[in-house]
Amino acid sequence: MPKDSGIGASPKRREDIRFLTGLGQYTDDISLTGETHAVFARSQVATGIIKSIDTSAAENMPGVLAVFTGDDFVDVGGNPAGWLINSRDGEPMKEPKRPVLAHGKVRHVGDAYAAVIAETAEQARDAAEAIEADIDEQPAVVDMKSALAGGALVHDEIGTNQCFDWGWIEDNRAATDAAIKSAPHVTTLELVNNRLVPNAMEPRASTGVFDPGTGDYTLYTTSQNPHLTRLLICAFVLGIPENKLRVVAPDVGGGFGSKIYHYGEEALVLSAAKKLGRPVRWTASRSESFLTDAHGRDHVTKIEIACEKDGTFLAFRTETMANVGAYLSNFSTATPTFLHGTLMAGNYTVPTLYVNVKAVFTNTAPVDAYRGAGRPEATYSLERAIDKCAQELGMDPLALRRKNFIKPDQFPYAAAAGLEYDTGNYHALVDKLEELADLSGFEARRAATKATGKLRGIGVNTYIEACGIAPSNLVGVLGSRVGLYDAATVRVNATGNISVMVGAHSHGQGHETAFPQVVADMLGIDEGSIDIVHGDTSKIPFGMGTYGSRSLAVCGSAVVRATEKIINKAKKIAAHMMEASEQDVEFSEGQFSIAGTDKSVGFGDVALKAYIPHNFPIEDIEPGLEETAFYDPANFTYPAGAYACEVEVDPDTGKVTIDRFTAVDDFGNVINPMIVTGQVHGGLAQGIGQALLENCTYDENGQILSASFMDYAMPRASDLPLYTVDHSCQTPCTHNPLGVKGCGEAGAIGSPPAVVNAVINALHSGGHTDVTHIDMPVSPARVWAAMNS
Amino acid sequence: MYDFSFVKPGTVADAVTALASEDAQALGGGQTLIPTMKQRLASPAKLVSLTGIADMQGVSQSGGVLSIGGATTHAAVSAQAGGFAGLAALAGGIGDPAVRNRGTIGGSLANNDPAACYPSAALATGATIVTNTREIAADDFFQGLFETALDEGEIITAVHMPIPEASNYQKFEQPASRFALVGVFVAKYASGVRVAVTGASEGGVFRWSEAEAALGANFSPDAVSGLSVAPGDMIEDLHGSKAYRAHLVKVMTSRAVAAAG
Ligand SMILES: Cc1cc2nc3c(=O)[nH]c(=O)nc-3n(C[C@H](O)[C@H](O)[C@H](O)COP(=O)(O)OP(=O)(O)OC[C@H]3O[C@@H](n4cnc5c(N)ncnc54)[C@H](O)[C@@H]3O)c2cc1C
Repeated sequence: MPKDSGIGASPKRREDIRFLTGLGQYTDDISLTGETHAVFARSQVATGIIKSIDTSAAENMPGVLAVFTGDDFVDVGGNPAGWLINSRDGEPMKEPKRPVLAHGKVRHVGDAYAAVIAETAEQARDAAEAIEADIDEQPAVVDMKSALAGGALVHDEIGTNQCFDWGWIEDNRAATDAAIKSAPHVTTLELVNNRLVPNAMEPRASTGVFDPGTGDYTLYTTSQNPHLTRLLICAFVLGIPENKLRVVAPDVGGGFGSKIYHYGEEALVLSAAKKLGRPVRWTASRSESFLTDAHGRDHVTKIEIACEKDGTFLAFRTETMANVGAYLSNFSTATPTFLHGTLMAGNYTVPTLYVNVKAVFTNTAPVDAYRGAGRPEATYSLERAIDKCAQELGMDPLALRRKNFIKPDQFPYAAAAGLEYDTGNYHALVDKLEELADLSGFEARRAATKATGKLRGIGVNTYIEACGIAPSNLVGVLGSRVGLYDAATVRVNATGNISVMVGAHSHGQGHETAFPQVVADMLGIDEGSIDIVHGDTSKIPFGMGTYGSRSLAVCGSAVVRATEKIINKAKKIAAHMMEASEQDVEFSEGQFSIAGTDKSVGFGDVALKAYIPHNFPIEDIEPGLEETAFYDPANFTYPAGAYACEVEVDPDTGKVTIDRFTAVDDFGNVINPMIVTGQVHGGLAQGIGQALLENCTYDENGQILSASFMDYAMPRASDLPLYTVDHSCQTPCTHNPLGVKGCGEAGAIGSPPAVVNAVINALHSGGHTDVTHIDMPVSPARVWAAMNS
Repeated sequence: MYDFSFVKPGTVADAVTALASEDAQALGGGQTLIPTMKQRLASPAKLVSLTGIADMQGVSQSGGVLSIGGATTHAAVSAQAGGFAGLAALAGGIGDPAVRNRGTIGGSLANNDPAACYPSAALATGATIVTNTREIAADDFFQGLFETALDEGEIITAVHMPIPEASNYQKFEQPASRFALVGVFVAKYASGVRVAVTGASEGGVFRWSEAEAALGANFSPDAVSGLSVAPGDMIEDLHGSKAYRAHLVKVMTSRAVAAAG
């Protein structure tokens, strides 16, 4: 019997009622007395020297209150990179300043060089068009190879377009090179991990408020992590004391990473609000989203797998160029390094590996973490290369993987890429996959497809990810400039209902439903009387926000710790109420009782007592029932999975149709199976979107060619099959109290290689055995070209 | 969007008068024009909506000709053009329901987007485009990308399409916009076969005369197998090369013939 409440139950998402009936309160829905509107003037060229900006005409236009340019921000700080990467030679990475508004030079199409504040958005837009900027266009750097080969520079002052040249693990380099040199078989694959535009349904928006009476600022903004945004603005950019800035991220319509980061628009609306003494609001147009949201992926990679003739892996070597765009976004340096290189061992017992990543500045929008962040890039390279290796060896692709899997009894396992996987059972995942994907029925399905003139292919892969980001001690050693713990306060009100203030931000993940399930389970009370409070630095203790599949694993653990403290204190109060010793108090199903007696008090009575402390031992117990916990994980969590995709390829047009997709994931314990399934569905849609459709393209002049939905292909329901999703293979995380691993990114990480593997398999079945790889998106045009080259 | 004024006349004559003022522009379903205005790429001073003109609405059939009012929506054509199944299916495959409930045949033809669906049907049926001043043969109407024979302020009031014995439209969708990457309309008449291709050519919608001749002699999917389209004039963009589009023209033609039966 499935449970109907608490951990393991699937209550419907309570937040969906307001989202689906138009009752959500997004940043753009918040309207304030006296508000004004900001519009940005943005570069039309990829790069150019700003010779002059004449704002006089704009300043005199109707309704205009102020015009800002880069000159107004030369005395404030820049938007920093959150992670210091050192190059192989020990040199720290290059960190050019990222100003609030471009100063001296614009560096990508969409780079803002001025902003107008006016009474209405239309007036601001009219005035922004009237700004006369004399920008001397310069040759653009777009392609990473040529960016590294010399020539024009994105940032003249650093003298190179290379941000860093990172090696992982440097001590394994010689051993890896030697293993590859002497290996009986080496598979080599060059591939591109295509650049993506996040395209959250809600565009970015920010409203800045300044209260001249108190000197306090408020920022309403589309953020996945309000405290991090506050920290960046206060400590690095504007120098506002943290106690003077409240950051509110209300309902947020999706982020997928793009709303982790602080953007210049946030600093602008705050500065303008201070100057004008009136609220200043801004909402991005969809075009601005395409041009200025941090993009994702964009790697060019060469991977080699060295192995024995029987398929036993001997070494992996990866060389990657990672595009960071024109400026370093906050996590941009961590994504291609510690979220990528450290995952290159996959699920395998390879003895040694080496990863080299060169991060490259180009005249394109900044690139940063996007759902999966580095781990999809790692999984894609490795799992595509393993498929190619299987073909070259004439082995079954699953058999090759099985042969090299870490075995269940080898955990905890120190993988060659430096991480210690606490637990897992990859064989069980693949066994389950074989059953659910009906792999044994594939040949019959292939024959049926063949009769229709099409080609059927199957692709499988496994993946490992490092989630529950992240143990502060470990990431500190690796260069992180922040800690990655999280925090929660459990406030039991006098009447027994509960507010839980959490540092994780929910923007589609369902925290408002899932977190109460945990607390309800622990306290034995109705989850309907528990509410989550999040997204407001003035209401929650602290929090590092939501990304890296961390909310439940890290913040959920803080919730558990705080709830344990509540139980401990409540036991003291109960002991007093029952005139017993605290050691004798037992707590179960919402009742405190004394073993061997009929004495008991309910949780609600204890809560009331805590707030109406008549006849209360105030010298022993403080009144009130509220506890806070910070939780810092001991390790990453390691979700893993095995995916299978079946496609049909139309040989006349090259069109790929996904017929079946099976995702078997090990997320450890599952709090709300329905939400987990939904997260996997969404991740799969994004992974399949990357594999088949999405592609952000710039031309050689740095003009973005896919700057609207007319040319940037989003996945739609009709592109996706009915998924088979399973998360019954559970090896609970060994180091967090819930035994959970995180499920938000898995689908996007695990699915691209399965799709491409399936397409290659289909083409081989049609006799196109010379086609060993097609870069994503595997569009009809690309498949047809590959078949006809 | 810049400021503009808006009128919604009830007759063609009133619309023509309203369009005579400076920078006035006709508004059909607004599915092309409004997004262009939102991006500030168009700035008409006045919009003259044609959707309130009763004479420009609806689908009727007489003497083997289907007549469609110039302001008839794609959804209405899809629902009401049962006598011309090939056209009803084309209309039902344009965009999504929101687009089909607003967008009009007159707007689509006047816009003459090189990837739009309707121009292929108009050309393949040898349609007559009726305006407030004259009748224009489809063969003379389409004059290249976004170019037509319409004069300033001229309104498409109706489209007359001779109903073919057999017809079909095959659209290979551009993956992002879902407009036609290549769309082929095949129409078979007693007098011969007409084949019009959209989405593919740098010159806009065109008739593939070799295919028309071959299909005229033998109306079967294989009849075009020996033919090829010169890639030189084809469009090349993010979504397909010239060679790919030229290839698709043939594949889609053959499929349209197969589906037309
Ligand atoms: C999301 C989306 C998907 C789409 N998909 C497709 C598709 O798959 N295939 C396809 O073919 N189209 C597609 N379209 C375009 C759609 O069919 C439009 O409706 C059509 O292109 C324009 O028609 P409209 O009535 O909206 O014209 P409007 O946008 O109102 O006007 C377009 C132009 O035509 C002029 N005009 C309008 N009516 C007349 C008239 N009666 N006489 C003279 N001039 C007139 C206007 O002045 C303007 O210059 C899509 C549009 C969208 C937004």
